[in-house]
Amino acid sequence: MVDTTPPSRNRGLSQKVAQIPPSGIRKFFDLLSSIDDVISLGVGEPDFVTPWHIREAAIYSVEKGRTSYTSNYGLLDLRYELARHLERRYGLDYDPQSELLITVGVSEAMDLAMRAILNPGDEVIIPEPTYVSYVPCTVLAGGTPVPVPTNMADNFQLAPAELAARITPRTRAIVLGYPNNPTGAVMDRDKLVEIARLAEAHDLLVISDEIYDRLVYGVEHVCFAALPGMRDRTILAGGLSKAYAMTGWRIGYAAAHQDIMEAMVKVHQYTIMCAPTAAQYAALEALKEGEVAVLEMLEEYDRRRRVIVKGLNEIGLECFEPRGAFYAFPSIRSTGLSSEEFAHRLLVEEKVAVVPGNAFGDCGEGHVRCCYATSMENIERALERIGRFVGRVKGLGSRV
Amino acid sequence: MKTPIMKDVLKLLEKDSRLSAEKLAAMTGHPLAEVEKAVRRAETDRIILTYKTVINWEKVGREQVSALIEVKVVPQRAVGFDTVAQRIYRYPEARSVYLLSGTYDLLVQVTGRSIHDVATFVTEKLATLEFVQGTVTHFLLKRYKEDGEILDGQDELERLPVSP
Ligand SMILES: Cc1ncc(COP(=O)(O)O)c(C=O)c1O
Repeated sequence: MVDTTPPSRNRGLSQKVAQIPPSGIRKFFDLLSSIDDVISLGVGEPDFVTPWHIREAAIYSVEKGRTSYTSNYGLLDLRYELARHLERRYGLDYDPQSELLITVGVSEAMDLAMRAILNPGDEVIIPEPTYVSYVPCTVLAGGTPVPVPTNMADNFQLAPAELAARITPRTRAIVLGYPNNPTGAVMDRDKLVEIARLAEAHDLLVISDEIYDRLVYGVEHVCFAALPGMRDRTILAGGLSKAYAMTGWRIGYAAAHQDIMEAMVKVHQYTIMCAPTAAQYAALEALKEGEVAVLEMLEEYDRRRRVIVKGLNEIGLECFEPRGAFYAFPSIRSTGLSSEEFAHRLLVEEKVAVVPGNAFGDCGEGHVRCCYATSMENIERALERIGRFVGRVKGLGSRV
Repeated sequence: MKTPIMKDVLKLLEKDSRLSAEKLAAMTGHPLAEVEKAVRRAETDRIILTYKTVINWEKVGREQVSALIEVKVVPQRAVGFDTVAQRIYRYPEARSVYLLSGTYDLLVQVTGRSIHDVATFVTEKLATLEFVQGTVTHFLLKRYKEDGEILDGQDELERLPVSP
């Protein structure tokens, strides 16, 4: 008899890969795709089209025939522009020749960072709720993720004491992701300074995902690498996806001390070669001339942020004031539902998509992520529907 | 006088004049009473000139002809450009009137029901004014963008309904 079992079954797949659970968002996506006319607050990207001058720069580069590979590190002009950008914004001084790398989004930068620094069994402390890629990237790189919860009482900021309590002799790195996806939290400077002290005392590296650095409202974004003594301990990951509305271009960057960067580039050159050339030209234009567009989008996000936070609180879904990114992370505990029940029923009954908080780690339970990168009209309609839903759920609850 | 509250409110009203004071207050984070005060103030100070709608008349099949007319003016003693412009902008046919630097002086946008309407206005009203030295009329053939609005519609983004 012919054995019809697929070869993958016989030989097994990578144990590391098998160890990673399927994405919580994916499950939800499948359900969502089967329903029409959904207002989605479930996205994680801007609703603006990339500003025209940036798109035009990419078109021009293609017309000019700039269609070959660039240096592994990325276009030199782009790295110089990035160096100036980081110097201007944060007073950082990176050598564009050896300390800056253009990556395929922050996604790649985070993966490279883990692979470059981890050895089997190294522990990586990851604050939760967390962006979905940090844990899998850690596992794939052979590390052991060590979650540290944050909570609404602290405005979802990482408490240095909680972090300290999880440092062991095996701890190699801390991941910071602020402004935060999914909570919208921004870290205060004094807390970051304390974390910097811990990193120094225990000789830890910090991988700082600052992709939302430009999206802060009425507060300052503190770049971790710019704190005293932190430059050479930090792998700074940043990108253009969010602030410049460029998610589909797949451009990000990493900045790190030369020794770490050399290791990251080794992985990058064999797996990626270089980021897409036309997209790099677009990124160059964005960094050079994109400021006006960034500020305009920022202003619009801020208006939506006020409306959604106020609306959610009025509905009775307690929502701390998010100061960054484009997410609100209200508590849904008052409804008596779990995050998944809430998201599922809201989608089926009122056709509004939000992401259950537990998709971002256990301590996200009791919350849902609402992205306000959508039109004001959608936000208002969504709030109406959520209000109706919550009223119904609570009404029933009190009768039981 | 322009206050920070007024500035925030004006920016929003310029894009959507239908926004209620409540919505303006929610979006800007300013108190409702302050927002209402700022709007009233802007109206009385003629900072807000009027509330209008940008319409694509072609879609409703209304015939309308527009032309941009360059007007060269003979400078006259004791009569400044403002006086000249005034003589022109009082005509309702003149939709916009601008003083420009460069090879001609005034740019007048005229809208009428037909080419004939516009031509009559130019030849009989505009060109016959004693200080008008010459005119060049450009009929408008197609509108692509009006007041910041692309007539074909803005680019639409296609996003996945859920993403991390
Ligand atoms: C915190 C965070 N990091 C990284 C990414 C991925 O960004 P990129 O498009 O640069 O790969 C996202 C996108 O949602 C994010 O929210």
